[in-house]
Amino acid sequence: MSVKLARADRRAAWMFMAPMLVAMLVVAVWPLARTFYFSFTDAYLDDPTNYSLIGFENYLEVIGDRTWWIAVRNTLLFTVVSVAIETVLGLGIALLINQAIPGRGLVRAAILVPWAIPVVVATKMWEWMLNDQFGVLNQVLISMGLIDHGIAWTANGSLIMGVVIFIDVWMTTPFMVLLILAGLQMIPGEIMEAAEVDGIPAWKRFWSIVLPLLKPAIGVAVLFRVLDALRMFDLAYVLAASSEQVMTASIYARNRLISFQELGIGSAASTWVFLLVAFVAILIIGVLRLDRAAGEAP
Amino acid sequence: MASVELKSVSKSYGGNPVIRGVDLAIRDGEFIVFVGPSGCGKSTLLRLIAGLVPVTDGEISIGGEPVTDVPASKRGIAFVFQSYALYPHMTVARNIGFALETLGLGRDAVRNKVAEVAKLLKVDHLLARRPRELSGGQRQRVAIGRALVRKPEVFLFDEPLSNLDSDLRMEMRIEIARLHDDIGTTMIYVTHDQAEAMTLADRIVVLNHGVIEQVGSPQELYHTPKSRFVAGFVGSPRMNFSTVAATGIGADWLLSGPGGLRLESHVTGNRSTPATVGVRPEALSIVAPGSGRLDGVLERIEDLGHEHFAYVRLDADNSWVVRLPARPREDRDTKVGLSFRDEDLFLFDESGARLDHAASHERSAAALAQTSGGGIAA
Amino acid sequence: MTDAAVALPARRRRSSASYRLERRIKKGFLVVAVGLVLIYTLFPYYWAIVSSTKQGAALYRNTFLPAFDLTYYKALYENRIFLGSLVNSAFVASSTTALSLILGISAAYALGRIDFPQRRGVLMTILMISIFPQVVVLSGMFELINWLGLYNRPSALILTYLLATVPFTTWILTTFIREFPRELEEAAIIDGCSHFRILTKILLPLMGPSLASTGILAFILAWNEFLFALTFILTDENRTVPVAIGLMGGSSRYEYPFGQIMAASVTVTLPLIILVLIFQRRIVAGLTAGAVKG
Ligand SMILES: Nc1ncnc2c1ncn2[C@@H]1O[C@H](COP(=O)(O)OP(=O)(O)OP(=O)(O)O)[C@@H](O)[C@H]1O
Ligand SMILES: [Mg+2]
Repeated sequence: MSVKLARADRRAAWMFMAPMLVAMLVVAVWPLARTFYFSFTDAYLDDPTNYSLIGFENYLEVIGDRTWWIAVRNTLLFTVVSVAIETVLGLGIALLINQAIPGRGLVRAAILVPWAIPVVVATKMWEWMLNDQFGVLNQVLISMGLIDHGIAWTANGSLIMGVVIFIDVWMTTPFMVLLILAGLQMIPGEIMEAAEVDGIPAWKRFWSIVLPLLKPAIGVAVLFRVLDALRMFDLAYVLAASSEQVMTASIYARNRLISFQELGIGSAASTWVFLLVAFVAILIIGVLRLDRAAGEAP
Repeated sequence: MASVELKSVSKSYGGNPVIRGVDLAIRDGEFIVFVGPSGCGKSTLLRLIAGLVPVTDGEISIGGEPVTDVPASKRGIAFVFQSYALYPHMTVARNIGFALETLGLGRDAVRNKVAEVAKLLKVDHLLARRPRELSGGQRQRVAIGRALVRKPEVFLFDEPLSNLDSDLRMEMRIEIARLHDDIGTTMIYVTHDQAEAMTLADRIVVLNHGVIEQVGSPQELYHTPKSRFVAGFVGSPRMNFSTVAATGIGADWLLSGPGGLRLESHVTGNRSTPATVGVRPEALSIVAPGSGRLDGVLERIEDLGHEHFAYVRLDADNSWVVRLPARPREDRDTKVGLSFRDEDLFLFDESGARLDHAASHERSAAALAQTSGGGIAA
Repeated sequence: MTDAAVALPARRRRSSASYRLERRIKKGFLVVAVGLVLIYTLFPYYWAIVSSTKQGAALYRNTFLPAFDLTYYKALYENRIFLGSLVNSAFVASSTTALSLILGISAAYALGRIDFPQRRGVLMTILMISIFPQVVVLSGMFELINWLGLYNRPSALILTYLLATVPFTTWILTTFIREFPRELEEAAIIDGCSHFRILTKILLPLMGPSLASTGILAFILAWNEFLFALTFILTDENRTVPVAIGLMGGSSRYEYPFGQIMAASVTVTLPLIILVLIFQRRIVAGLTAGAVKG
C-alpha cells in the first residue's frame, strides 16, 4: 500500500473514531481531570467557584478518618468473599449446565434472570424475603423447626454484610457461569473422552485437566468481577443507606461529596478509590500475565 | 488381551438409526479394520465399543465379560483419536504417565514405565516438551504411547494417521503393524485409507449405512466381495462397473453392454438376473481395437511414474480406468480395445449381490462390434 | 514390549447392575442439582410476583400461590410519579442505547478494520475507562452538568451514561466486526469505495444481530443504573425507575409498603426478562465476545 493511501487510511480511522473520542473526552477524561484538580482544593459543592489550592491536605484528611478505613475494609471483605463464592458457585453451575442432562437449556435461560434484574429491584426482593417478621425465609425456617423466632437478617449488624454478599452472589453468579461455560466449551471433547477412557477418576479429571485448561477463562472472569465489586455502590446503599456496617469506599466518597457537600475532600476520597481499583487491577493483570508466561515456558 | 463381541448392537441419535443390529465377533489378538463411506457409522461403532456413548440396543462383551453397562474407564481399552487429544498443558512425560498416577505405583515405577514406552516409540528425547512443541508425527507417537502404557486389553484407533502427510503415514503404518506383531493386543482401527486397511488388517469390516456389508480378510474382500458395494470400496482405483442387459438362454445369460461388450455367462448357484459387470483396473489390458472384449476411445493418460492410469471411454455414460505398469503406446483420442480374463469378471444382480459365474465368450466381442458397427466412433 | 518391573494392578469390574445403579444415582443427583439451581435463580422473582398480588393480611401469610389481586398494580397505574419515572427510564435508556450504538459502530469500524499504529493504545484506553469506578468522575461530572444547565434533567443522565455504555459498545462491536471475513470488503476496496460506503453498504446490513445483542446489553446497563440517577436528579418527577423504587418507603418500618414495591419491581423487570429470554443466545454471545477475547 502506498504511503499516501496509508496516510488517508489513518486519517479516516481518526475521523471514524472522532465522535467516540469526543464523547470520552467530555464524559470521562475531563470530569476525571476536574476530580483530580478539586482534590487539591478546599472547594464546597454549594459554591464550587470559590476555593484555594491546599495541596495534599484532603488526602491526609481522608486517610486520617476512621470511617474511611471501615469503608475500605468493608469493600475488600465484600470483594474477596463474594467473588470467591461466585467463582466456586459459577464453576459448579457451569459444569452442571455443560453435562448432557434434561433441563439444561432451561437452566441456561433461567440463569440470565438474576443478571437482568436491576440491582435495586433484586435488593428489594431479597429484603422482603429476608424480612424478620414476614419474610418467607424466616417462615420456612420456623416451620421446619430450625429457629423459633425470626432472625433480623437485614437489621442485625453482624449479619448485614453477609446479606449484602449473599444478594451480590445471587445477582452476579450468572456472569461467572457464562464466562466459565464459554471456557468449558473451548476444551475439546476428545480430551475429556481420552481421560475417561484412560480410567482417570472424575475428581482428577476435574482437578488436573478441566481446571488448568479453564484458568484463563476464570482469570478474566475474576478480573472483571473484582473490579466491579470494588466500586460497588447501589446494593449496599439501597439495603442500608449509610450504615457503617456495609459502607463501601464508593458510598463513603459520595457521602463526603454530596451529603456533606465537601467537594475537595470528596474528590480526594474518590481519587483514593481510583488508586485502590487501579492497584488491584495491575496486581491481578500481573498475576495473569505471569501465569501465562509460566504456561508458555518449555 | 481380549476378544470383543457385539450382539445385535444398535444406536440411534434422537430416533435416527446410525448403527443397526451389528453382530461381530473379534478374536483375541486380531487386527480389525473398519472401513466405509463417510458418515456410515465407523466412529460411532468404535465409540460404542469404548463405552463413550451408550448403546440403544444390543450387547457388548470384552474378554467374555458383558460390558454393555460398564463405563469406558473400566473396560480396559485404550483409544487413539484422530486429533490425538493430548493434554495441552502437560509435558509429554506426564501425558504418557498420567493414567498411571492414580494407580498407586509410586513415582519411580511410573517414570520407568514412561521411559520404556517413550523409548519404544522413539519419543524419549521429547519427554520434557509440551504437545504444541511437537510435530504431527511426534504427537501421534505420544498419543499411541499414552495408550500403550496402560497395557489395555483392546486398542481402538479412530483414523489415527489421517492428519499426517503421506510419507509419515506410511512410516507410522509400518510402526503400528510392528507394534501389533510385538504386543499382540487386539486392535480395532478405523480408516479411510485403502493401503492402511489392506496392509494392517487381519480382517476388514465394511460398513454401509450402519450395517455390516461384509467381514473378511483383505484378500477375501478383494477377490470375493459379497456385493457391488464392497467390490467398489476395496481396491484403488475402484472397480470399473457398467450396467448390462441380460437375456436368458436356457441356464445361461447373454449379456450386452457399452463398448460392444457381449458375453455369455453361466451363473452358478443364485439364479437372479445379472445387472452389472465389474472389472478391476489392474485386470484390464489395452489391446488393438477389435481384438479385445470391448472397445473404446483412449481419453486420458495419467503418468505416476511407477504406474499409469488410462481412461477409456466406452460410451457417453461409461469410462473405465486401466492400470498399466508402463505408458501405453497408443496416443490419446485413438480407438483401443480392452481385454481381461474370465475369472477377473464380476457379475452383480439388481440388488448389488455378487453372482458366481462361469463366463465365456463365444465370439470375440470386438469382432461382434465390428460386424454390428457398435461401439463409438473415434 | 518387555514387562516392566512393576505390574499394573489388575482391573476389577463390578457387576453390570451396580454400574447401572451408579449411573442412575448420578443422573438423579444431576436432576436434583438442576432443580435446586432453578429454584435458586427463579424463586425470588416468582415470590415478588406472588407477593405483589396479595393484599393486607394475606401478604404476610406465606402461601406459595399468587392471589391474583391486582390492587397494587392499579395503584401503580394511577401513580403519576411512578408512571413518569417509567417514561423517564425508557427515554433515557433508549436514547443512551441509540447514541452509544452510533458512536460505537463508527469507532468499531476504525478499530476493527483500519490498520493504524495507535489502535492498540486506543483499545487499551477504552478498556481502562470502562473499568474505572463511576464515583471518581462524580465531582467533575457534577460541575459539567451544572455548567451545561442539565442538573435535575433526565437528559443529564443520557450524557453521563455514555461513560459506561460507549466503551462497552465500542469494545464489543470491535470484536464482532473482526469476526467478519475481510474478503467481504476487498472487492469494494478494489473498486475504490470509501470507508463510509463500506461501513454503511456492506458491513451494517450484516451486523443486525450484533447490533441487537450489543444494544440490549447497553439498554440493560442504562436501565439499571443507580449512582448517577440518584445523584444528578433531585425531584421525584424526574427520577428513573431504579431510584424511584430504591427510595420507596413507609413512614415506619412496620408500614413498609412491600406489596407495592414488589408490584413496581415486577413491572420494571418484566420487559427486561422477556427481552433476555427472547435474545438469550445473542446476549450470551455479546457478553462472552466482550470478555473472552479481551
Ligand atoms: N452425537 C451425535 N448426534 C447425532 N448424530 C450423530 C452424532 N454422532 C454421529 N452422528 C451421526 O451418525 C452418523 C455416523 O457418524 P460417524 O461419526 O460414526 O461416521 P463415520 O463413519 O465415522 O464418518 P467419517 O468417516 O466421516 O468419520 C452420521 O450421520 C452422523 O451425523
Ligand atoms: Mg469418523
